[in-house]
Amino acid sequence: MSGEIVKSLVVPAHPHPVLCPEKNEGWQRIRDAYDEARRQIEETDADLIIVYSTLWPSIIGHQIQADPNPEWVMVDADFHDLGSIPYSLQIDTEFAHAWNAANKARGLESRTVAYHGFPIDVGSVVALELLNPGNRIPAVICSTNVYSNRAETTVLAKACMDVVKAQGKKAVAVSVMSLSNRMFTEPIEPHEDRIHSLKDDEWNRKILEFLSEGRLEDIGQLSRTIHDQIRVKKVVAFKPMWWLSAMNDNRNDLTGEVLAYEAIHGAGAAVVVLDPESNGTGDKEYDEDDVEFYGGDRNVLDVEEGDDHGVALHDPTTGDTSFNTDKAPKPVGAYPHARKEGNLLYLSGVGPRQPGDNSIPGGPIRDSDGNSLEYDIKAQTRAVIENVSRILEEAGSSLDKVIDVTSFLVDMDRDFAGYNEVWAETLGKVGPTRTTLAIRALPTPIAVELKVIARA
Amino acid sequence: MAKGSIVAGCLAPHPPHLVYADNPPQNEPESEGGWEQLRWGYDRLRESLSKVDYDVIVILSPHWQTYVGTHFIGLPHCTSKSVDPIFPNLFRFDYDIEIDVDLARAIHDQAKSDGMSVKMMENPDFRVDYGTIVSCHMLRPEWDKPIVSISSNRGMHYYSPEVMQEMMLELGRATSKAIEASGKRCLLVASNSLSHRHFTTETNPPEDMSKEHITSHAMHLWDMRMIELMRAGKSQQILDEMPEFCEQAISEADGGAFSWILSAMGIPEEPAILHGYGTIIGTGNAVIEWPCHEWGDD
Repeated sequence: MSGEIVKSLVVPAHPHPVLCPEKNEGWQRIRDAYDEARRQIEETDADLIIVYSTLWPSIIGHQIQADPNPEWVMVDADFHDLGSIPYSLQIDTEFAHAWNAANKARGLESRTVAYHGFPIDVGSVVALELLNPGNRIPAVICSTNVYSNRAETTVLAKACMDVVKAQGKKAVAVSVMSLSNRMFTEPIEPHEDRIHSLKDDEWNRKILEFLSEGRLEDIGQLSRTIHDQIRVKKVVAFKPMWWLSAMNDNRNDLTGEVLAYEAIHGAGAAVVVLDPESNGTGDKEYDEDDVEFYGGDRNVLDVEEGDDHGVALHDPTTGDTSFNTDKAPKPVGAYPHARKEGNLLYLSGVGPRQPGDNSIPGGPIRDSDGNSLEYDIKAQTRAVIENVSRILEEAGSSLDKVIDVTSFLVDMDRDFAGYNEVWAETLGKVGPTRTTLAIRALPTPIAVELKVIARA
Repeated sequence: MAKGSIVAGCLAPHPPHLVYADNPPQNEPESEGGWEQLRWGYDRLRESLSKVDYDVIVILSPHWQTYVGTHFIGLPHCTSKSVDPIFPNLFRFDYDIEIDVDLARAIHDQAKSDGMSVKMMENPDFRVDYGTIVSCHMLRPEWDKPIVSISSNRGMHYYSPEVMQEMMLELGRATSKAIEASGKRCLLVASNSLSHRHFTTETNPPEDMSKEHITSHAMHLWDMRMIELMRAGKSQQILDEMPEFCEQAISEADGGAFSWILSAMGIPEEPAILHGYGTIIGTGNAVIEWPCHEWGDD
């Protein structure tokens, strides 16, 4: 089964195009563009709409709506005088729960919410009301974490894509957001509406130029600059481009079309449609890591203790010829990290667990109940080699002095290719002899371990 | 008609955890308690306020965030369910609130005539924000006093902490003038915490107090500094340091309530009473009372 993003959208969040488009020609053009985007979605075989809303802030990781039928009446905090928007949405709960699990597998804090009366944010309500009237297509809605950075937001999208692919979804990805978000701070008459400043307008047009060329990754990399230049510092920064770019494999060659660009109470409102077909231009050029797994230190509450994964940890044993370092994970038995005999260093088996919090980059292969989890073998393999490097450096050696490696994989069929790819990028360039074995299990829920011999 | 007055001012933090821990019948989730230092602080505040007669609670909450001026609820009666979008597992509260629309409009009109951007909120489908509900419930769980609900204009985010503060000082003066003209005895409430850096993970259960603490030493220092200034009656110094406090402690005072209440009370030099301090998911919270009714006229 293989899923994909069949269309991506950038849409504005304010209620004017729903409640009173007729009061301003620009608001009407936004409404018309919304209608055109809806028609384009209906021409696809999309079976899921994924909404990332900047108007739903969260603190405990990311939250995913999992109420099958959230219903209420939405009133905007500022524009309550324009009227109310009753909503009754259809949520793909199976996808919501799977996305939540995929987030956790990639190291993110995440949870689903399903409570009667939960206030669906104005942006999600407006977008789904106009793009998906009558709930023709099931939807899923995700919050924006107020503290999340680029890595976390990127991994959020990749976890989402894990599920899109696993469930074979034909999905529409929707970022609900303003461009410049500075509104007039006084009430205005509808006919007085315009972009708040010339500077905001110039930046908005630059963003739209990129989007019309399908250069999502470039916009993603400009996010911080855009935020500094034209964004009021609300709790949620200009993160949706990170998410939308990662939802599209960080591509810079999508086919983009700006359907409308107008002001809504001074903020920059645009409807943009991006198709996955390549426009034939633009290779991606990464300035930043294309992170696969979130390993950041968000888990403040538990960082001191960490997770022992059900296996008792030991301080490494000491001896005249032993070398140990607190920059490598604690052993799971009574042995040192390394031992020197003659001019050779013999390392104990090294896995990917992280020193300090004992976390596993790429995610554990099973949970505490023994249920299998999705994990990233490449992230695990990289972490193993980093641990090996730290131990060697503690003993006065280095990675380029490795002469023989025995590798253990718990799932040869699944993992050999990924492990081999990272090997080629790292130890493969050093050139040690190597033997790779398939084994049934390792003591902690990891997929790979290396046994290393190196010159001292 | 006798002049209206502010009988007391309160710093009344609103984390939904407090209502969750109290297990009132209006709230769906159930807990095993938690955050007792703060809840006992609210007990002491309630005990103190029980000796004071007042007609209405006037509250400014940072969780009704408005960007187009300051708004006031203009409906006499608000009934609905409030679900916290950030902690929905803790707070799903059925509320039934009387609004003193006359006083709300009087403050609105005064602020407008003083040149501020203001608006009355009269949409019957509007849901009262959870910050207002939590602070009011912890102050007065009987819900037998009408309230005036004032939104948080996000001036700091649009302009700067200094501009935010000037706007809130102006709103505080307008509030004071309107209260005086109303003839009503008012309890003023600033619904905000102090330092405001959260943990991004939650314990299981959320009320596991073995994991609750301030997020960093710097946040603790700022909280203690602000509390000491309040206890010493150094309101002007608080206002002077507010921009740094907002930025360095990521303080929820950025919503303006703290500056507003100090202004409305005339930037008091009398000491405030600390009823309790505690952290909630890492943020610093103090329950404070300014017993204005004890201070006499001028």
